[in-house]
Amino acid sequence: MIFSRAALLLFFGFLFSLFFCPSSSAQESPYIVTYDHYLEEPGSLEVEYFSTFGTQRAGNDFHAFWVEFEYGATAWWTTELYLDGQTTFGDSTVFTGFRWENRFRVLRHEHFINPVIYVEYEHKNGADKILKEVEGVDGESDFLTPNAEARAEHINEIEGKLILSKTFKGWNIAENTLAAKNLSNNPWEFGYAIGVSRPFALQASPNKCNLCPENFSAGVEMYGGLGDRYHLGLRNTSHYIAPVTAWSLPSGWTLRLSPSFGLNDNSHRFLLRWGLSREFSGFPEMLGHLFGGRR
Amino acid sequence: MRTPSTHFRLVLRILFTIAASFAILISPVRGQENGGSAQTNQKWNYDELKKAPEKARLRQNPLENNPNAIAAGGKLFERDCSECHGQKAEGGKHAPSLLRDEVQQATPGTLFWVLTNGVVWHGMPVWSKLPEPERWQIVRFLKSLKASARPGAPGGS
Repeated sequence: MIFSRAALLLFFGFLFSLFFCPSSSAQESPYIVTYDHYLEEPGSLEVEYFSTFGTQRAGNDFHAFWVEFEYGATAWWTTELYLDGQTTFGDSTVFTGFRWENRFRVLRHEHFINPVIYVEYEHKNGADKILKEVEGVDGESDFLTPNAEARAEHINEIEGKLILSKTFKGWNIAENTLAAKNLSNNPWEFGYAIGVSRPFALQASPNKCNLCPENFSAGVEMYGGLGDRYHLGLRNTSHYIAPVTAWSLPSGWTLRLSPSFGLNDNSHRFLLRWGLSREFSGFPEMLGHLFGGRR
Repeated sequence: MRTPSTHFRLVLRILFTIAASFAILISPVRGQENGGSAQTNQKWNYDELKKAPEKARLRQNPLENNPNAIAAGGKLFERDCSECHGQKAEGGKHAPSLLRDEVQQATPGTLFWVLTNGVVWHGMPVWSKLPEPERWQIVRFLKSLKASARPGAPGGS
């Protein structure tokens, strides 16, 4: 109990300390599932909240959510911590685990295609419903187990992704191939995500404005599972297509919205995702000031 | 009694703590190595500008005569660049002055190339996520600083 209180105090102290950080607002990608090759700017911390409302056939609809702390350690390394939870209507609200993700830029210059290596560790329980990616033969029927029963299953998983991305004449095209391994002797599972997006305007207007077209971007992403090591392919897998849009405000806030549509009988029919994020620059300096350092 | 699973989790926790501390510390360390203040701009290395390929160097700014380019570029600079390079491009802890001759005498194509590719191993991210015309607007803004730089001052021509 003492540890929980200390952790809670530390967490709120950390959130409070963000008020001392200046905000920044680069044009953010509208993707929610797909990654492009752009990493967080060094020294910047992006705090994000994402929500997924999902319909469930033969069961209760759900609302899954996660908080994400994305930190640009260097220009070639971004590290992220996720805290996940979900509410199943008519059941309960549960914390479902955490994930620690790292992305590494491989090449020093821009090339025709830009690869980024993604490595993630997930410590979650079976009640996880955030659908941040689809892997193996994940499907709608996996979500039918009541929370009390599902959360008893503990999952330790490692996940790797190869992110390939290219931006040409304002259009970004990104493809992610993922391989995930549950560490309790399950086979490797595979999945994919692809996305295309573009800002509404390619030139900035001279004045600061909230509704300028360059603050908006939109696109579409598609993601799904590719089976596992023994049954590679599309059989029993689920797939989604999702228009995506983002609105980046000069104040540093970004709002994302994405309705997703299931493409086959294994998929949820409809997911509505939205997210709110804010980027804070100068995070190490803020910590330095906070703890009395000279920096 | 500790099972292999709890050992694994313990190792991961230690790993996470080390990585998180390293990630937070690495940026200030980089800043100190490179000077730590605007007065030590001479410690910055401008060699990346020399690495721009001939073809990139010779590119002309298509927005050279666009009347809004400087103002729009200034807005983008303030949003995306000033945190590291300073509000007036005078340089800071993490990035060099852009008022110096090395930058001001570089061709628009060279600046565009550096902006597009970043100087990734030395802390500058790639900015190709900004559409090409926005990058040219920033270049136009940077070149406009030459006129306002004080003669004789560091970076003045």
